[in-house]
Amino acid sequence: MTCLPARTDRKLGLVIDLDTCVGCQACVVACKGWNTENYGAPLSDQDPYGPDPSGTFLNRVHTYEITPENAPAQIVHFPKSCLHCDDAPCVTVCPTGASYKRAEDGIVLVNESDCIGCGLCAWACPYGAREMDATARVMKKCTLCVDRIYNENLAEEDREPACVRTCPTGARHFGDLADPDSAVSRLVADRAGLDLMPDLGTKPVNKYLPPRPRDRWEDASVLAPFLEPVADSPQGFLGWLDRALERL
Amino acid sequence: MHPAPSVILFTVLSGLGFGLLVFLGIGEPEVTGWTAFWFFLIAYALAVGGLVASTFHLGHPERALKAFSQWRSSWLSREAWAAVAALVVMGLHAAAAVFLGVTFTPLGWLGAALSLATVLATAMIYTQIRAVPRWNQVLTPLHLVSASLAGGALLAGQITPASVLLLVAGLIQVGHWKVGDARFAEVGQSLASATGLGAPGRIRAFAPPHTGTNYLLREMVHRVGRKHARKLRALALTFGYALPLGLILVPGAGHLLGGLAVLSHVAGMLASRWLFFAEAEHVVGLYYGARG
Repeated sequence: MTCLPARTDRKLGLVIDLDTCVGCQACVVACKGWNTENYGAPLSDQDPYGPDPSGTFLNRVHTYEITPENAPAQIVHFPKSCLHCDDAPCVTVCPTGASYKRAEDGIVLVNESDCIGCGLCAWACPYGAREMDATARVMKKCTLCVDRIYNENLAEEDREPACVRTCPTGARHFGDLADPDSAVSRLVADRAGLDLMPDLGTKPVNKYLPPRPRDRWEDASVLAPFLEPVADSPQGFLGWLDRALERL
Repeated sequence: MHPAPSVILFTVLSGLGFGLLVFLGIGEPEVTGWTAFWFFLIAYALAVGGLVASTFHLGHPERALKAFSQWRSSWLSREAWAAVAALVVMGLHAAAAVFLGVTFTPLGWLGAALSLATVLATAMIYTQIRAVPRWNQVLTPLHLVSASLAGGALLAGQITPASVLLLVAGLIQVGHWKVGDARFAEVGQSLASATGLGAPGRIRAFAPPHTGTNYLLREMVHRVGRKHARKLRALALTFGYALPLGLILVPGAGHLLGGLAVLSHVAGMLASRWLFFAEAEHVVGLYYGARG
């Protein structure tokens, strides 16, 4: 059913800390690894070792450069996957009912046996979260590792999305964003977590924690105050050289 | 957006076919017998041919029947229902006109309304997508419906309605381009809003997430020869609207000039529809550094 649920009991999602992410791509690899051999069709690659490689990924890490007015430029690594929007435009456009948002936990999923591969959901998503697999010819997207998070065959600590489990810097957090007391909700409140393209009305569940302001030129290093030049005009031998060269 | 030939053919041919069905439905021209047979044959060949072309861009066309299930939320599903309903109702209307030599006016009008609804539903598939600002405007349904009606009137040989509709559709076409050109800026999405990182300072894409290309870039950040957009717009306007209008206004224009007008219109509409896709920019391009 491609009508969205009136409300979801929980809002499972990710909180991604852009201050902490180092762009190591471990989440990309873990995601591809888990999802190519579990839920649904494999994530195929085309020409993986040839001159024109391309493939299906559910999570990709972009890299941006921010140049503040009076501070050094800063590199921000930006992992992007499905935001499991409350008002998911990808779900309502689906003609077959293959795309749906679960009422119990808010996860947006694709029933691949109903997908006709029309691609309309990928057009409707502003974030590029859905990719049509070129081999299976059905739409693939982040499942929030629905086959891990409820999987009682896995150890307790493994019952979270593969990307979160693998992140070596703890930049990815998983939890219920409908519960104001959950760890992820408190992170969002403390760090002013933000939505991507909020004006488009998709009401994303996933939040991004902006990088903390830092790296002003004057406190780039704790040693900076001690490295201030002690004399503006050269003295002694350098002073003589300066004057001599000036006179030439 | 990627200008897929299957979707261009589908929207142009089906638009023409359903446009002709609108005129046949309202009895302009009121035809029976063999004349009706040929008129309906052309209309069905175009409408059904277009629908068949549209299935070529599906990953799993064998599951196409499932697309009838989600009419409550999906314009694509509504389009499927409207198309089948229009083809069935107009099929009955056609059978009565061809084999019995009679026309049931209410049935024809119902079929005309359903044919119009089909074109409107097709247009809404594009109009509803907020992530493509150029399409997400009120002139999109007006453009696709007016173009379909103009083509239908042309095929139906209705000189006066065709002249008026070609003029109106041509003006709406220009309006759709003009408003469309400003829509991306008007919607106001940028790399800053896409990443939420506008506050600290100027942001630019530094490195892409992958070395090769991917589905998103092929499908939605497709930058085909937009450098010829101005020329193509001129060609679309000339062949799609102006030349057919001139040809049918020649006094005593017969089937030859009428046929040329139709061919010219189709050629112009193919150029127009190619631009409809090729010029449409998806906001996901922002993540890849499109638009600065």
